Amino acid sequence: MITSKQLKFSYSSQKHFSFPDINCGDDETLLILGQSGKGKTTLLHLLALLLKPTSGEITINGHNVTSFTSSQATTVRAQNIGIIYQRAHFTNSLSVLDNILLPNYFSGQKQDQEKAAFLANELGFYEHLAKKTNQLSQGEQQRVSIARALMNNPNVILADEPTSSLDDQNCEKVIKLLQTQSAQIGASLVVVTHDQRLKNEFQNRVFL
Amino acid sequence: MNLLKLSIANLKEKKLNSFLSALLLTLGIGMISLLLLLNKQLDEQFRRNIKGIDMVVGAKGSPLQIILSSIYQIDAPTGNIPLSEVATLKRNPFVKTVIPLSMGDNFNGFRIVGTEKSYIEHFDAKIASGKIFENSMDVTIGSKVASSGTLKIGSTFASAHGLDAGGDVHGDKKFKVVGILEPTGSVADQLILTGLSSVWDIHEHEEEHHEEALEGAHETDDHEHHKSEEKQVTSALIRFRNPMGLIALPRQINENTSMQAALPSIEINRLFSLLGIGIETLRTLALAIILIAGVSVFVSLYNSLKERKYEMALMLSMGATRTKLFLMLLMEGIMLAIIGYVAGILLSRLGLLAFSKAAEDDFHYSLKQFSLLPEEIYLFIAALVIGLLAAALPSLGIYKLNISRTLAED
Repeated sequence: MITSKQLKFSYSSQKHFSFPDINCGDDETLLILGQSGKGKTTLLHLLALLLKPTSGEITINGHNVTSFTSSQATTVRAQNIGIIYQRAHFTNSLSVLDNILLPNYFSGQKQDQEKAAFLANELGFYEHLAKKTNQLSQGEQQRVSIARALMNNPNVILADEPTSSLDDQNCEKVIKLLQTQSAQIGASLVVVTHDQRLKNEFQNRVFL
Repeated sequence: MNLLKLSIANLKEKKLNSFLSALLLTLGIGMISLLLLLNKQLDEQFRRNIKGIDMVVGAKGSPLQIILSSIYQIDAPTGNIPLSEVATLKRNPFVKTVIPLSMGDNFNGFRIVGTEKSYIEHFDAKIASGKIFENSMDVTIGSKVASSGTLKIGSTFASAHGLDAGGDVHGDKKFKVVGILEPTGSVADQLILTGLSSVWDIHEHEEEHHEEALEGAHETDDHEHHKSEEKQVTSALIRFRNPMGLIALPRQINENTSMQAALPSIEINRLFSLLGIGIETLRTLALAIILIAGVSVFVSLYNSLKERKYEMALMLSMGATRTKLFLMLLMEGIMLAIIGYVAGILLSRLGLLAFSKAAEDDFHYSLKQFSLLPEEIYLFIAALVIGLLAAALPSLGIYKLNISRTLAED
């Protein structure tokens, strides 16, 4: 689970963001909707511990992580958080399979080939495992990045505009997969988007 | 999945860039290594052959030419000197040994040298089979002459005039092989040795021949001695009893006799300092190529780091430490350095092989030492340092990478 209280952040003295409190328990989903420039990505980066808030606090899995140093934050992130970005990015020199295994490697866990194969099967790109990532379509790439986010069995899955570059069909497919997969491992799913198509897919919604 | 695999995958992803960097390193290292090999082996060959020879006397002319022709058997001799003057030298108190040499003919490009048994003793050459020449027209051949295949014990052959293959053949007088020497690693391996009298015999005979046919129309300097009664030789190798000879004798000979004295150590140093300019230029060029290789590694890593900025931020967000990614990038530089080094060393051996073949064809000298030189270990360290530095400079950027901004920008 992930919660935040009175988060504030500023890039410069003119540009201040203050965010509504967020609360997403295990097995729950939360949609954060907002127009461009409202600080959606900033909020997601704060929750992912990629940015440090000017004030406020964040708890992940019951631990207050606000005051963690950056190397502590890296460990927490590696073990507890799976992130999906707006456009799927990969290590281009590696195959799809190796890209999925990277989170295992960097968080110091066993590289679980079986799990990678299982997820690939679940998400429907099993036959592409040996290919390079740039040989895949955008929808396929986004599904690979979901698998990558799931590899470490995170407590929290954060998705930044996961559907905005996808057509309706792929959009629905991707969001359904996100929901079922995070439910399967009992993780909190937080989706940040301006994509109005997702409004009805989530019960819990926060507007920026 | 590990850092090594990641680095290799990254190098493969940029095949052309990696190839260019490795190629430049290969060329630079190959050149330097080849120069080291050639320098060492030429030096060894040259030093080995002057061992125990303090001075060479020959006809007036270039002292370097006297050394090259009489010791190394590569240049043409300067002319002839009277045997009597050589004999006088033998009685000089400074002189320990005198080995007279007489050349001017060849067989299949192998020089026929008229001399005394002391020449064979000088090189510590052992008889492999047969015996040392005794009678006129008997020859003992060096190991390379024997292995060239045309001559064995008991075979007879006619010599050709001149020092390179393809001169007029002295058809009517035949040499006979009576012995073969064991390999000595010296110039003696590539010579056909015979007594002084054989050379006189064959040319006296020819002289008559010539006088009958023509009025000596194409007589050369080599034949001048036939016109006088006095016996002549081409040169003589001299060893001193003590270093005092080095001070007194050369000047005495140059001033008071018709001969010219040449000191091998001085001439060889002079030769090497002449060659040295060329070697120095090539070495500088090779160093420049290696530096360019370093710049190429730098540029290609710098560019790929710019392209891979997002990838790096992504890896960092997955829990990779900056040091780990820094090491990954360093490894790419080191791998290029190692590839370049290994390929360079192989290239230099190939070069040496080609060079050795040419040298063997032209001078019968072989340069065949392919083992790793100690200097090449330093070369390896230098290649690693260049690879490391070239990779480290751009890779330090990884410590300044702003993960959040990089991920948000794209």
